[in-house]
Amino acid sequence: MTPMRLATLRTLGAAFLAGAVAAPAMAQQPAPAGGAAATMDAVKSRGTLSCGVNTGLAGFAQPDSQGRWTGFDVDYCRALAVALFNDQSKIRYVPTTAQGRFTALQSGEIDVLPRNTTATLSRDTSLGLDFPAVNFYDGQGFMVKASLGVSSAKELNGATVCVQPGTTTEQNLTDWARANSIQFTPVVIERLEELVSAYVAGRCDAYTTDVSGLAATRSAQPQPAEHVILPEVISKEPLGPAVRHGDQRWSDLVRWTHYLLVGAEEFGITSANVEQAAANDARPEVQRMLGKNGGLGAMLGVDDAWGVRVIKAIGNYGEMFDRHLKPIGIQRGPNAQWTQGGQQYAQPFR
Amino acid sequence: MAEIAAEASAPRPLQDAVIGPRRPPLLAVGPVAWAKTNLFSSWLSTAVTLALGYLIIRWAMGFIDWAFVNAIWSVPVTNGQAQTQACRALNGTGACWAVVTEKHRFMLFGTYPYEEHWRPALCVLLFIGLYIVSAMRRFWRKELALIWIGTLALIGLLMWGGVFGLSYVPQERWGGLVITLILSTFGIALAFPLSILVALGRRSRLPAIKTLCILYVELIRGVPLISLLFMASVMFPLFLPEGINIDKLLRAQVAIILFAAAYLAEVVRGGLQALPRGQYEAADALGLGFWQKTGFIILPQALRLVIPPLVNTFIGMFKDTSLVLIIGIFDLLTAGKTAIVEPAWQGFGIEIYVTIGLIYFIFCFAMSRYSQGLEAELNQHRVR
Repeated sequence: MTPMRLATLRTLGAAFLAGAVAAPAMAQQPAPAGGAAATMDAVKSRGTLSCGVNTGLAGFAQPDSQGRWTGFDVDYCRALAVALFNDQSKIRYVPTTAQGRFTALQSGEIDVLPRNTTATLSRDTSLGLDFPAVNFYDGQGFMVKASLGVSSAKELNGATVCVQPGTTTEQNLTDWARANSIQFTPVVIERLEELVSAYVAGRCDAYTTDVSGLAATRSAQPQPAEHVILPEVISKEPLGPAVRHGDQRWSDLVRWTHYLLVGAEEFGITSANVEQAAANDARPEVQRMLGKNGGLGAMLGVDDAWGVRVIKAIGNYGEMFDRHLKPIGIQRGPNAQWTQGGQQYAQPFR
Repeated sequence: MAEIAAEASAPRPLQDAVIGPRRPPLLAVGPVAWAKTNLFSSWLSTAVTLALGYLIIRWAMGFIDWAFVNAIWSVPVTNGQAQTQACRALNGTGACWAVVTEKHRFMLFGTYPYEEHWRPALCVLLFIGLYIVSAMRRFWRKELALIWIGTLALIGLLMWGGVFGLSYVPQERWGGLVITLILSTFGIALAFPLSILVALGRRSRLPAIKTLCILYVELIRGVPLISLLFMASVMFPLFLPEGINIDKLLRAQVAIILFAAAYLAEVVRGGLQALPRGQYEAADALGLGFWQKTGFIILPQALRLVIPPLVNTFIGMFKDTSLVLIIGIFDLLTAGKTAIVEPAWQGFGIEIYVTIGLIYFIFCFAMSRYSQGLEAELNQHRVR
């Protein structure tokens, strides 16, 4: 749906409501697509951040046994809440499904959507979204049993491959097979749990989905070493938090919160040493990042001590990764610091 | 046969004298006779009985082994991480009930604040108490409506809080069994009166009312519940001006009420049509007005006729509430599914689903049994 049409829909809806409750004042207020231009002010005056998260994805967002949300994406909600309010409890977590997530954002039900969502051109433009940052570089890969003795996906000619239907996963698999002149027999199973058990039971030779998902499945097996994730990554899935298009200040805060987390890791600042670094670290960029000088926080619409607060409460990018993704067997890979050969690169704080 | 029976009763002359009239021979009545006529009447049925009996016993023993003998009821938790190696080592030979032990509070109450779990727990008890009170005929009077309003208000107060020192809990943190009960109870309680109105409207002589009711029923029945829920959760917010948000649970609740009412309306209409015309004419002859006629003569008889399909629809609606999982509301089933997302517990779906199935079964079976009793009681005059 284009933003244009969305605006028309909204105006129609507003007019309908106005007609229904006989409140002509409402029809006077047009609801343009840029009506969300003041998300930051709205969030501040409301006093809580509405954060759309996955209904349950291991490592990224899941409620624990006590019903508290935890995960890598959830930490982005917490970081934003700490930056704005210095209080991690001022968050409304809204569990969103794959179908409902963009509507929730467009309708203003949530302020930000850190929900392992792939940034694509059509979502960026016609869905009226913005992806301020990429917090996890993912991609589709293959997992096979180690006993198969396969070391590359290109050796899988003639293999049966377990795949979920209706997702881009199936499309990517077909495209890649055609491009590499490989024949696959796909075994298509709708439910993830059944799909995994089909793979484990040997109904298919390989199982394909995003590498993060493969790693999570592998780590849940009784003998993880019996399964190998092949090196080929056949699609690009840059996952990142989404915000509404046209609200640059809000988008800036989300983007620079991500860069803060990544930059802190680059400079070796952790939740343990951040206060010490804020007081003593002589590196000029660290001083600006942690608000000792430069006034960068104020430019973002928060106060200058936001960097110290966020790192102290949440930790840096590496700490988040180690806390949530490392235990389920996901390697840093492309998400390593740029200095370590990865793609996580914080733009300079100056 | 007679000789055998005589022999069978011969060694007990004393007893017979005490008890009085002699019992029929053991092989003509009682379980042995039943088995003989129904299970072992010919060589074919004997063979089938033995084969099925063997399979059932094998299966039952396997199930008992899995569910009780080899089962693991709890696992150690270190640093907040459950150590599930023992469960994984079972390799499917035994149930890992530890997942239910560990996650039962999440399944029942979802993401509701942990230290406040007594509130939804109390709500579940209130709901069950409400069902029991409503089921007893001695409470069937006008005050029951007040009890319902009072209890539902109390449940709302407990869930939301924000007054009397209870902390405020926003709706999106509610979850688990209590959501299932809220959606189905409010759904049925509000849909039922609405359905009676619609059913009466469909038989109305006023064309506008009749058309409206037919349109409503046919439109709602023409689409699946899942698409109504999608409309409520995905499309509806787009029609609202920005900044106005109607609670997600409320939108789903309204969709469920509208859906249930359309189905119930057809059930009620069936009852209205089954009533002989003489009943209407007799009521008219007494000089009763429309509402008196409907309330005192028509509805009590019509509803009594349709108890089985009504309960059928109630049970269906109770289970249909699990469809809210597609719009991200944590009802009992979704909470159960989410509980096994955690890597440590992945792969223990059967235990979770068996538990959830049992909870659904208890509620549905209770409804079904109660309706059978009610039917027998209310339709005594029809039994010949």
